[in-house]
Amino acid sequence: MSIKNYIKIKNLSKSFGDVEVLKNINLEVEEGEFFSLLGPSGCGKTTLLRILAGFEYPSEGEVFFDDANVTSLPPNLRPSNMVFQNYAIFPHINVQRNIEFGLRKENLSKDEMQKRVENALKMVQLEGYENRYSNQLSGGQRQRIALARALVKQPKVLLLDEPLGALDKKLREEMQIELRNLQKSLGITFIFVTHDQEEAMTMSDRIAVMDEGNILQVSPPKEIYHNPKNKFVSQFIGNINILGAEIKSVSNENLLIEVDCFGSMQLKNYQQIIENDRINIAIRPEEITISKISDPNYDYNFQGNVKNISFYGESTYFYVQLNNSDKILMVSKNETKEPFSENDNCFVNFSSNNLKIIKD
Amino acid sequence: MNSTIQNIYFRSDQAKAYTLLSPALILVIFAMAAPMIVMIFTSFNTQISMIEIDRTFTTGRYEDFFSKPIFSMLLFRSVKISFFVTLLTLVTTYPLAYYIAFYVKKNKMLWIVLMTLPFWTSYLLRVFSWRVILGNKGVINSALMGTGMIDEPLGFLLYNQAAVIITLSHAWAAFAILPLYVSLDKIDKSLLEASYDLGNTKFETFWRVTFPLSLPGVIGAILIIFIPTVGDYVTPQLVGGTDGRMLSNMIQSLFGRANNFPLGAASAVLMLTTVCLIAALVTYITKKVSMRMS
Repeated sequence: MSIKNYIKIKNLSKSFGDVEVLKNINLEVEEGEFFSLLGPSGCGKTTLLRILAGFEYPSEGEVFFDDANVTSLPPNLRPSNMVFQNYAIFPHINVQRNIEFGLRKENLSKDEMQKRVENALKMVQLEGYENRYSNQLSGGQRQRIALARALVKQPKVLLLDEPLGALDKKLREEMQIELRNLQKSLGITFIFVTHDQEEAMTMSDRIAVMDEGNILQVSPPKEIYHNPKNKFVSQFIGNINILGAEIKSVSNENLLIEVDCFGSMQLKNYQQIIENDRINIAIRPEEITISKISDPNYDYNFQGNVKNISFYGESTYFYVQLNNSDKILMVSKNETKEPFSENDNCFVNFSSNNLKIIKD
Repeated sequence: MNSTIQNIYFRSDQAKAYTLLSPALILVIFAMAAPMIVMIFTSFNTQISMIEIDRTFTTGRYEDFFSKPIFSMLLFRSVKISFFVTLLTLVTTYPLAYYIAFYVKKNKMLWIVLMTLPFWTSYLLRVFSWRVILGNKGVINSALMGTGMIDEPLGFLLYNQAAVIITLSHAWAAFAILPLYVSLDKIDKSLLEASYDLGNTKFETFWRVTFPLSLPGVIGAILIIFIPTVGDYVTPQLVGGTDGRMLSNMIQSLFGRANNFPLGAASAVLMLTTVCLIAALVTYITKKVSMRMS
């Protein structure tokens, strides 16, 4: 059975006055997919989500839910529900009534309604909170109530606008796993807006990276990490060293380049078509190792000096200044057998197959 | 010694609070509480002659009040007129406050100032201007007669309860706008979006979210208008005619030409009690109703 595209966005643009916040967006989201819109603030991700919810109408283009054109349908008639960034729990009614709020129209019997509310509270593990008011709940609890209030409507699509942004790190990580499990067990489509790349990476089936109103890449997390389409994506997702380089010669599938800080290098099996003489070479910090003496297992070894060390527990970042260059290279290591201190001399080692060519 | 007192003072939040309150407190005690007590005492006395009051305790003035139907009738009329003034003011100002809070993006303050513009002229002038508008040779009648729609001036425009209601609600409108605007402007817009998102139309959202959340402002506006208009005697005097006379006009004459201070005091005490009861009731009912609605 082929999985069907539930949401289709066609040639969508949105302007507020003179400012074009979304530029010709085309996107398809599968049924039951956990899909993230990831980008820095002001990239248009929230506007896109609000268009899906029906709070904003696109200036151009169309939105389809399950092949039905919903572009001009108001929010109350769409099969989607939203979890707001500030949760938007109604302050004048208690938790029970908040969750019932969207069920009034469904002509349920009292028992049925009660059952749905109970199930929703159970789902977010807040049984017994029926009579609380918003100001008697913690941030995490409000977030769960907002989730329950949206899910009790049994929407086809759940829209989440940075729902974890206001929670502290520990709680956020717990909620990431919980949300992911919830989404899997319910099987409904989640559209998740976030500016936190880690959050998007850990939860999503696919991520759309956005910047300045454009979608730059739509791929699964691993693909985005290992094959970023351009410089912005590579830098936004994880840490990366980007180095300027010039093409010297091309032969068969081998490419001879002159990297600004390394000198000449050879790349094998490059597939991208090179239009320009100037290119970007990228390498992730964990693909470089650091040692006291040069390591012959790697293609390249360069001498440098440790400028800064940042210890993160599970990994340590070294900022190494290369000799004869002012370029600082990021190197990460899980554990260090050899102790390094700042200002120590060292070698950085890597292999040529870890070098990637990245478009601007 | 001095430092001990200082110490105690700086440690006590209560002492500091009373220091801040003291100017207002002194004013309230001398300008309100004291006269009120004098009035209550007077209401249990008897006026013997033009200048003499018998200070022996008696409930006779209250018996007078209830035995003469005119008093209860005027009290009821005062409450009725104020009720309609409050209603009319709310109905006209709520949409305005709503508009400023939700639709005006820039210069909200300018709008508020414009709304209160009528308040820059004297209260008496505003009442008189309604006589100019509603009178026999007033704006409305002249216009209607000038265009030949009527031959005789419409007499029912002025000197009745309706004229009092219109004049009073116009006079107090600006006072209602401010609390309404403040409570509406405070409402988080995402709550309204959440309501649409959960399947409610704009109309349903208004009654289930916006209106209940604006209730503090509504109650504020009700009290701000109702309490002072019940006791107003200038407007009924100027535009009310005989039909528009209110209890306050009676009280005024009891302290004036009729010269019966104790009966005037008893009437005032009863009016005060009525207003307090109604204010408490309004607050209570509005809260209950709002819980039901959402």
